[in-house]
Amino acid sequence: MKPSAFRYADPRSLEEALEVLSAEGEGAKVLAGGQSLLPLLSMRLAAPATLVDINRVPGLDAVETGEGGVRVGALVRHARLLEDAAAARVQPLLARATANVAHPAIRNRGTTVGSIAHADPSGEMTSVLALTGGSVTVATPAGVETVGWQDLFVGPLETSVHGPAVVTSAFFPALPARSGTAFAEIARRKGDYAVCGAGVVVTLDEDRRVSAARAAYISVGLVPEVHDLTEAVAGQPVDTADWAGAGALARTLVDPDADIHASADYRRLLVGVLTERTLIEAAAEAAGRTAA
Amino acid sequence: MTASVDAERTVTLTVNGVPREATVPVRRLLSDALRHDLGLTGTHVGCEHGVCGACTVLVDGAPVRSCLVLAVQVEGAEVRTVEGLAHDDHQGGQVLHPVQEAFRECHALQCGFCTPGFLMTIAAGLENRDASAELTEEEVEEMVGGNLCRCTGYANIKKAVRHAAAAMKDAE
Repeated sequence: MKPSAFRYADPRSLEEALEVLSAEGEGAKVLAGGQSLLPLLSMRLAAPATLVDINRVPGLDAVETGEGGVRVGALVRHARLLEDAAAARVQPLLARATANVAHPAIRNRGTTVGSIAHADPSGEMTSVLALTGGSVTVATPAGVETVGWQDLFVGPLETSVHGPAVVTSAFFPALPARSGTAFAEIARRKGDYAVCGAGVVVTLDEDRRVSAARAAYISVGLVPEVHDLTEAVAGQPVDTADWAGAGALARTLVDPDADIHASADYRRLLVGVLTERTLIEAAAEAAGRTAA
Repeated sequence: MTASVDAERTVTLTVNGVPREATVPVRRLLSDALRHDLGLTGTHVGCEHGVCGACTVLVDGAPVRSCLVLAVQVEGAEVRTVEGLAHDDHQGGQVLHPVQEAFRECHALQCGFCTPGFLMTIAAGLENRDASAELTEEEVEEMVGGNLCRCTGYANIKKAVRHAAAAMKDAE
């Protein structure tokens, strides 16, 4: 349970980081919070030749909140994002989901952007990026590019970011008007990987009727997906909408896998339960944000 | 300037207020550096992949899993381990930290293997909150939820958290 031998660099600028990554080639891996990477190294599931630690690169530790959304820098720890009141106001899913990321000791070290770049289907923030329609910024020696969530996730633990590149930030668009969110997980132990989790966004029209309901799940499927549940509740008054019907619809849309923790059928059942539960909560919040 | 790429490094850090230095292979985990290179065996190593919490130490005041941090990453940092919880009574003995005292009082340990991790997590949790505020059950669960104990069943550990919180409130 020790990492195999590697070499280590802790560059002091983004340029330096990209230089080292270019020079070290395919065997180089970026290290940020390390809360997913170090277990992989210790279990010898990964054996990079070189770790490029970006923790001493300046300028990557900011949470920038504007009317349009929240930009989270690559070195922002989960614990920091969880406490950011301005970010939570603009996009409430951030704090709600981050509160479910592991335990305080992990959140103190692990980064939100690193968790997204790691692309674990059990991770919370990948699904939040998808559900909010977010993107990441990727720096390469050729320049900086923005990659939308649909183009980012390729498979479990795999993204479209290759070669000498550093994901420098993630952008989560603001919650639209007359909308509410909710996030819930079922885990055997508080803070453990979720057996199943759900994040939802409900949007109402000016007459307090449901105009959109969308959901993304944790530990369900190989890559984050956003499921549109609007058809089950479209046009219905917020107080009497058929949330159970939306839960039932969600069960038909997902394709969960079985593992040692739960069968696929059990996960599908949880998708239905959590969808209904979170939609009701999100709808109440949306109603509170919509003038009667 | 190009960053140097090394297989070995000399790390200087402060552990429990004492400046320390160790030359380590860069793959050395902080948990192993504390135990093997610095001789501080109070930090226990359980699962070595971040699940059990036994190796929890404070880095710059915040609890982290020392098995999920490389020793080279704490260059310049302040690390606090279980050896740094008690303080000198200036009469040749030591005064236990309120959390240690509460663990003894409430019988919150049996074999003791997981205890250093619990102590550090709870000490940080209680020290970093407003001691005069009422401690909620949710806070207690959050504080102990990331640490595994296979002996006690957690009831006495949670009791010790409340006991220590009360002692720290009285001490204010």
